[in-house]
Amino acid sequence: MSVGDSATPLGKVRGLGSAREGGEHWLGERVASAALLLLGSWLAASLLLLPSLDHQTLVEWLRAPSGAVPMALFIIVAFTHALDGMKVVVDDYVHDEGNRFALNLVLLFLAVGGAALALFALARIAFGAQA
Amino acid sequence: MAATTSQPKPRPLSPHLTVWKWGPHMLVSILHRVTGGALSVAGLAILVWWLTAIADGADAYAEFIKLAAHPVGMVVLVGLTWAFFQHLLSGVRHLAMDSGAGFELGTNKRFAILTIVVALILTALVWFPVLGGKL
Repeated sequence: MSVGDSATPLGKVRGLGSAREGGEHWLGERVASAALLLLGSWLAASLLLLPSLDHQTLVEWLRAPSGAVPMALFIIVAFTHALDGMKVVVDDYVHDEGNRFALNLVLLFLAVGGAALALFALARIAFGAQA
Repeated sequence: MAATTSQPKPRPLSPHLTVWKWGPHMLVSILHRVTGGALSVAGLAILVWWLTAIADGADAYAEFIKLAAHPVGMVVLVGLTWAFFQHLLSGVRHLAMDSGAGFELGTNKRFAILTIVVALILTALVWFPVLGGKL
């Protein structure tokens, strides 16, 4: 306990706790959720503040760096946070180790695939010919 | 050393869901999980669909809007908007509680109720103007 006793509470969860690991993952989930708090608020505010939600307006919005960059970050962080959350649900409710591993693998593939599809669509809009 | 053949006494179970009286904090806790699941599955699927429709051009986007403006589409979008705000607010509550704050019974209950009320108000604020003709 000597290391734990001399460490700060934050030091303990940063890999110095009794499990020696897991603290970074726990913190990473919170970092992603804090980032998504900002990016999600940005998306909600943008959709509300855009003069219209017609095709032309949305394309112009997502072609500008001020729209495309936060949207790319939102896609990455939203899928990361969704995967974090769904993994917790699977780990809580799926007790068979094989099923749990398989489901977590499926979730990982879906999250990466979904994020890739969304980013590709965004790239087509941002760099696309049609406006 | 005679082997005992009698059944072992059933082990005591820890208190389970059914013994608790439901309170706002329990409701918010389960709502956080349910809304998170809905946003992860339906929310992100619609995000991909929406971006793809915009990328595919004006015709594909018009098709998307037609489905979104359908009563069923509206119910899904209003539901997801509520899920977004509920999850965001209870998420902020969780981040605060992760710092060790807000565990006093009164405070905890008050903020739990607050997330529910504010999420409903924000959802209404978003959708009243939208239903008034923005889509």
